[in-house]
Amino acid sequence: MESLMNWLQAQLADNSIFTLQTLSYYGDGLVTTIQLVFLSLIIGLVLAVPLAIGRGSRHAWVRLPIFFYCYVFRGTPLLVQLYLIYYGVVFVEGIQDTWLWVILEKPFVPALVAFTLNTGAYTTEIFRGAIKSTPKGEIEAARAYGMSWSLMLRRIVLPSAFRRALPAYGNEVIFMLHASAIASVVTIMDLTGAARFVYARFYAPFDAFLFVAAIYLCLTFTIIYFFRHLEKRLLAHLKPASG
Amino acid sequence: MKLNKLLSIGVLGASMIAGVANAEVRDIRIGVDVPYEPMEYRTPDGELTGFDIELGNAMCEEIGIQCEWVVQGWDGIIPGLQARKYDAIMSSMTINDQRREQVLFSDPYITPPSAWFAPTDTEIETPSEESLEDKTIGVQRGTLQDNYVTDLYGDVADVNRYATADDMVLDMDSGRLDIVFLDFPIGKSTLLDSEAGDYTTVGEKITEPKEYFGEGFGIAFRQRDEALAKAFNEALATLKENGTYAEIEAKYFSE
Repeated sequence: MESLMNWLQAQLADNSIFTLQTLSYYGDGLVTTIQLVFLSLIIGLVLAVPLAIGRGSRHAWVRLPIFFYCYVFRGTPLLVQLYLIYYGVVFVEGIQDTWLWVILEKPFVPALVAFTLNTGAYTTEIFRGAIKSTPKGEIEAARAYGMSWSLMLRRIVLPSAFRRALPAYGNEVIFMLHASAIASVVTIMDLTGAARFVYARFYAPFDAFLFVAAIYLCLTFTIIYFFRHLEKRLLAHLKPASG
Repeated sequence: MKLNKLLSIGVLGASMIAGVANAEVRDIRIGVDVPYEPMEYRTPDGELTGFDIELGNAMCEEIGIQCEWVVQGWDGIIPGLQARKYDAIMSSMTINDQRREQVLFSDPYITPPSAWFAPTDTEIETPSEESLEDKTIGVQRGTLQDNYVTDLYGDVADVNRYATADDMVLDMDSGRLDIVFLDFPIGKSTLLDSEAGDYTTVGEKITEPKEYFGEGFGIAFRQRDEALAKAFNEALATLKENGTYAEIEAKYFSE
């Protein structure tokens, strides 16, 4: 470990911008970005599945609120949502004295809420499309077997819908990673925040942003690879039979 | 009438004496870029005023010359000096080596101070590593204040960096920030004046060390006008001694 540090220090010796200190900013930023994106995607996904089912409900009182939620969060810029949630909560009278303030005081949770609600809305729409495009024959077959609604959802509709949604959802994950770059406007030191800090400190826009762009590329590559792998496994039945 | 005459004779005499002392010093024109409150700006009736203007006039009076202010945009302010549109620049110009190649600077006449601002009921008395431990400090991203706070307190406190001073004030109001570090004039106008009584400065105004806060503002002259620069340096020293400087400073930079 020590020899590694020494090696790193030697590599950075004649470099005024990428010192150990600024690299540690980038490192912390990477951790923050991954936490923020990963958590919001997971929670958004959990939120989206029931919402996507409800979105296709026969009952208007289930369908319409979900439609409204999706419409609002897909219809406004994420930056605006982030501002509204981060700066908006403080206009709630007396919020500083409640337990909520402990989590809302720091920028992380407001940003997480904004990102979650945003990705939740998009994911809901992706799943709704996939559920809607379930072949009629499968549903009829399930009914013919006497499956209840919930059993049909669990065994027939959702598994095939997830598979169809996979490529589109992979895109949403990448979009979310890139959208998280705006977190630095509410003082979060994510990857982009670290780059802005280094830029402002050394007046070196190219070095600071090229470096961070390279990190984003690596992250995106990982996501693409992961989804490629997942698609290969889950959509194997759709591949043209070989041999 | 009589008094006026007496005065004008006095001024004439003074300027003659000064003229004898510095053969090259004559009435000059000074270039300035407005507005840049509180350093130089116009009053509602169009008159030029501000710290630079008042101090400049006081210096000219001390030297015994007439000074006329010429308004010039910032981009062309050094070329205008070279082209003899005016003979000096006094417009919140920070002294640095790049500009030194073009112009001759007087001694710095002020280093714009930065200051700590906090809610009136703050428990922080003097900012230090101990008192700021685990506090959240607000700064504007990329400013000299950001560098200063990051280097001195970045390890013990949380530093929140904002794109604009407005965002920072909003978070200060909401209670997310314990203390902010700002250009004094900006903090005064956004926190002290506009929200009277809610905020206060903490500790002394800060202008040192130079590696963060710069060498200060200087008056720029053409390279060959050494006598003129010398006259202004002497005038500045005199004004600092006799209290005139402190008076003008207090007018623009006190709470």
